[in-house]
Amino acid sequence: MKVFKFLLSLAITLTLVIVLSLRISSTPPLGTLLDPFHGFWQNGEDEAGNFPPSLTLEGLHGAVTIQYDSLRVPHIFAQHEEDLYMAQGYVTAADRLWQMEFTTYAAAGRVSEIIGARALDFDRLQRRKGMVSSAEEALKLMESDSVASKIIEAYARGVNAYIRQLDETTLPVEYKLLDYRPESWTPLKTSLLLKYMANDLTFSDVDLENTNTLKLLGKKRFDFLFPTYTPGYDPVVDKGTPWKFKPVAIDTPQVKIAGAPAPPSEKLLQANPANGSNNWAVAGSKTRSGKPILANDPHLGLNLPNIWYLVQLHGPGVNVFGASLPGAPNVIIGFNDSIAWGVTNARRDVKDWYKIDFANNEQTEYRFDNINLKTQKRIETIQVRDGDIFLDTVVYTHHGPVVYDQHYPADTVNNLQRGYALQWMAHEPSLEILTFYKLNRASNYRDYQEALKTYVCPAQNFAFAAANGDIALWVQGKFPAKWKGQGEFMLDGSQPKHDWQAFIPFEQNVHTLNPARGFVSSANQVPADSTYPYYVYDYNYEHYRNRRINNRLSELKKVTPEDMMALQNDNYNLKAAEILPLMLDSLDVTQFDEPQQKVYETLRKWNFYNNAALPSPAYFDLWWDRLLDLLWDEMESTQTDLRRPDSETTIHVMKNFPNDPFMDRQQTTAIETMTDLIGTSFSEAVSAAQNWTQDHEQPLTWANFKSTHLSHLLRIEAFGRANIQMGGGPGIVNATGSQHGPSWRMVVALGTPPKAWGVYPGGQSGNPGSPYYDNMVERWSKGQYYEMLFLTSEDDKASKIKFTQRLYPPTQENP
Amino acid sequence: MKFILRIILIAGLSYLAEMFLPWWSVVCCAFLVGLLLPTKGFNDFLSGFLGVGLLWLIFAWMVDAETNSILARQMAPLLFLNNALVVVAVTGLLGGLAGGFGALTGSQLRRIFMEEPPKPGYIR
Repeated sequence: MKVFKFLLSLAITLTLVIVLSLRISSTPPLGTLLDPFHGFWQNGEDEAGNFPPSLTLEGLHGAVTIQYDSLRVPHIFAQHEEDLYMAQGYVTAADRLWQMEFTTYAAAGRVSEIIGARALDFDRLQRRKGMVSSAEEALKLMESDSVASKIIEAYARGVNAYIRQLDETTLPVEYKLLDYRPESWTPLKTSLLLKYMANDLTFSDVDLENTNTLKLLGKKRFDFLFPTYTPGYDPVVDKGTPWKFKPVAIDTPQVKIAGAPAPPSEKLLQANPANGSNNWAVAGSKTRSGKPILANDPHLGLNLPNIWYLVQLHGPGVNVFGASLPGAPNVIIGFNDSIAWGVTNARRDVKDWYKIDFANNEQTEYRFDNINLKTQKRIETIQVRDGDIFLDTVVYTHHGPVVYDQHYPADTVNNLQRGYALQWMAHEPSLEILTFYKLNRASNYRDYQEALKTYVCPAQNFAFAAANGDIALWVQGKFPAKWKGQGEFMLDGSQPKHDWQAFIPFEQNVHTLNPARGFVSSANQVPADSTYPYYVYDYNYEHYRNRRINNRLSELKKVTPEDMMALQNDNYNLKAAEILPLMLDSLDVTQFDEPQQKVYETLRKWNFYNNAALPSPAYFDLWWDRLLDLLWDEMESTQTDLRRPDSETTIHVMKNFPNDPFMDRQQTTAIETMTDLIGTSFSEAVSAAQNWTQDHEQPLTWANFKSTHLSHLLRIEAFGRANIQMGGGPGIVNATGSQHGPSWRMVVALGTPPKAWGVYPGGQSGNPGSPYYDNMVERWSKGQYYEMLFLTSEDDKASKIKFTQRLYPPTQENP
Repeated sequence: MKFILRIILIAGLSYLAEMFLPWWSVVCCAFLVGLLLPTKGFNDFLSGFLGVGLLWLIFAWMVDAETNSILARQMAPLLFLNNALVVVAVTGLLGGLAGGFGALTGSQLRRIFMEEPPKPGYIR
C-alpha cells in the first residue's frame, strides 16, 4: 500500500513536471513560462532598462561608448569602423533580436520551423520566388567587396555577442512563448533582410489580371480604362524636363503577349499595394531660415515591434543619425551634419511573368527560340515543426524560378501542365548596402550621386538636401529598358524578344537638381511625363497624395519645420473633393427618408478633411466602395481574376463619359445610368452606416470606422495596440490606414548644427514588457514629434543622456 | 512550528535552486525536504504547496509591482485570464501544485523505509 501510494504520487509529480515543461500543440510550456525566476516575469522592465553599464566583447578593436537618450536611442561612439558596426549589431539585437531573426525566417521561408505546418504555403512561395537563392547570390557579391564584407561581418559579430549573453531568463519573451531559441546571426541573414524589403516593396503586380482583362475588353477599351498617365497627373520631376540623352535601343516583337494564361487556382499572394511613402525637400529660397528642409514618411505595415530602429553612428569619417532596419548595418533614412535624405518607393514594373512551354513532364527542358533549353532544379528543404520535412523542387529557367506550376498551388482537379517563371529585379545581386554606407558619409550632391550608383532594388525616390543649399531627387534603381507594353501582360518565355534586353543606364534615370519651383517631392507617382524616352509602367501609381503635397508646397512661403510637420499630418481628401460634389448633385433629394437626409446634409457641409472625429469620411468611404462595386460589376467574375479601374480613372470616366456602357449593371434587366448607380449606392451606404453603428456599439466616426491598429508580428492581440484615434487614410498625405501608414515621420532642418524631429508608431524596445515598446505611439497618433538628439561627441549634451554603456575588447582593462 | 519550519526550508531551498537551475528544481527541493523531515497526514502536501506556492506568488507579485504590471497585463489574455493579479495568483497556484506533489512524493518514499513515530496516547 505504501509503495502504491508512493508510486502514484511519483507518477503525478513526474507527469506534472513533464506536462509543464513541454510545448503541447501550440500551448507554451507553462511551468517554464510562469516560473517567476526564469519565465516571462523576467522580461518585465522598468524605465531604467536592463543594460549592464560595462561589458567585454570578444572581437572589438577598441573601446566603444554608447549613450542612450530619453527615447532609448543609442548614440554609438567608436574609434574603429568595424567596432561601430559591431556595436550597431549589438545594440540592435539587445532591443530587437526576436524581430530581426523572425523577419529573416520569413524572408527565407522558414516560418514552418517555428509555428508548424500552417506556414507551409507561405514558406513554399518564399522559396519558389527565389528569395533564398537571390540572397545567397547577393551575399557572394557583398563578400567580394572589401567594405560591404567588413561591415556585415562586424554587424553579425555584434549580434552574436548579444546572443551569447542570453540565457533562459533573459531570452526575449516571444522565444519563451513559442519555445525555441535564437540561432547564430550570419551575413546571409542581413542579405535575406534586404531581400525581404525588396519583396515588401516590389512584389505586387497585376500582370495576370491585365492579361485576362485585355482578353475580355480588347486593346482600345483596356487602354481607356487602365492608363499609365491619368489626365491631370503630376510626376516626380516637373513636366517639361528635357531629356538630353540617347536611349539604349531595344527590339520590339510582333506578338507582345503569351497565349491567354490558365489562371492559377488561387489568388496569388502579393505584397501590400498600399506600401508607399511621402518625401520632399524645400530649397532655402522658400524657407524662413534660408536653409533647406527635408521631410520623409515611409508608409508600411504598422507592426509592433516597429520596422525602424533609431540610432546615431559616430566613428572614423562618419556621424549620422536616423532610422535603421533591424538586421542591416547603416542608417537607411536620416541625416548627418551636411546632408539629409529620405526615400519613397519608386514604383516601376520590375517583376515579370513568363509563360514556360516545358518540353516534357519532368520539366527538364523548355522551348526557347525553336530550341530546347535545359532547366536547373533546386531542392528546397522545409523543416516543419512537429511534422515531417517537406521537400519542394523549384525549377529554374534563364528567366528565373518557375513559381507556379501544377505542384504549386496544388492543382489536384485538372492537373494541367503549366509553368510561370518569374523574372524579378530582386534576383539581381546588388550592393545597396554600399549606397547607405556612402550616404551616411556623404557631404554634398556629388557624394550622394556617387552613393546611389550601386543601388538596384527596391527602386526608391531618394530626396536629398544639403546644408550648402542643394536639393535633389533621383529615381534610383536598376530598371530594364522595355518595349511598350513589355511586362504589363504575361510574357512568352519562348520568345527571345520577350526577355529583358537591356537596362537603363544610371545617368539616364529620372532625376532633378535644384528645380526652379524651389522643392522636390515624391509620393509614389509616375516618375516623369510621357516624353521620358523609356517605357514606364506600374499598375498602381499614386494620384492624390503627390498632387496635394505639390499644391501645398507651391503655396507655402517662408516654410518652417512646423509647416512640414503639419503637411505630413495633412488630412485633406483630394479624391473626395474632386468627386463628392458631383455625386451629391446627382442625388434625387425629394425621395430621401430621414437617415438619408441626415447623411446627405452632413456630407454637404463636409470640408473634405478626413479628421478623426468626423462621420463624413466614413460615409464617403462606404458610398465610394459601393459605387465602385456597382460600376465595375463587369470585372467581377468567379471564373477568372480580372482587374478593376482605379479611383482616378473612375472619376475621369464619371466626369467625362457619364454614358459609358459599363454604367449599366449586368445583373438587372433595366438599363442603368450613372445617376441610378449613384442613387442606389447612396442608399446602400446609408444602410451600411446604420448597420455599422448597431454592430459596433460606438459612434460612427472616421477613426472608429477606420480603426487604426498596430499588430504584433505574431498577431498576438495583447501585444498589439488597437483602435488608435487618428485621421488620414489611403491616398491622403497623412496615409494612416487601418493597419498601414506612416511607419516613421522625419523632418530635418539643415544648418549648423542640423535640427531634426521624428516619431514612429512604437518604441525602441521590441520587448512588450518594456515601457519603451510603445512609448512613441501617443505622440505619433496626435501628429506630434520628438526633437531628435544629434551629438557631436560622446560628451556632448550630457544632461540629455539617461544611460551610458561602455564596451571593451578583452585585451583592454575594464575599469 | 515544525510545519512552518518545513515551509520556510522548502521556500529557501527552492529560492537558492532557482538561482542556478530550471523551474523544476523547486519540485526536487520539496521532494528532498519531504524525504528527510518526518511529517504527519496532509501536512506533507501542504508544506510543499505553501513553500513553493508562496515563493512564486510573492516573487511574481514583486516583479509585477516593480514593473507596473506591464507584461502580466498583456500575458493575461494569452492565458485566458482577466488581469495581472490573476496571473500572479495562477503563478502561485502552479508553483504550489508542483511543490505540493514534490513534497508528498518525498514523504511517501520516506514512509516505505521508515516507521513513523507512534502517535501519543495510542497503544498498538
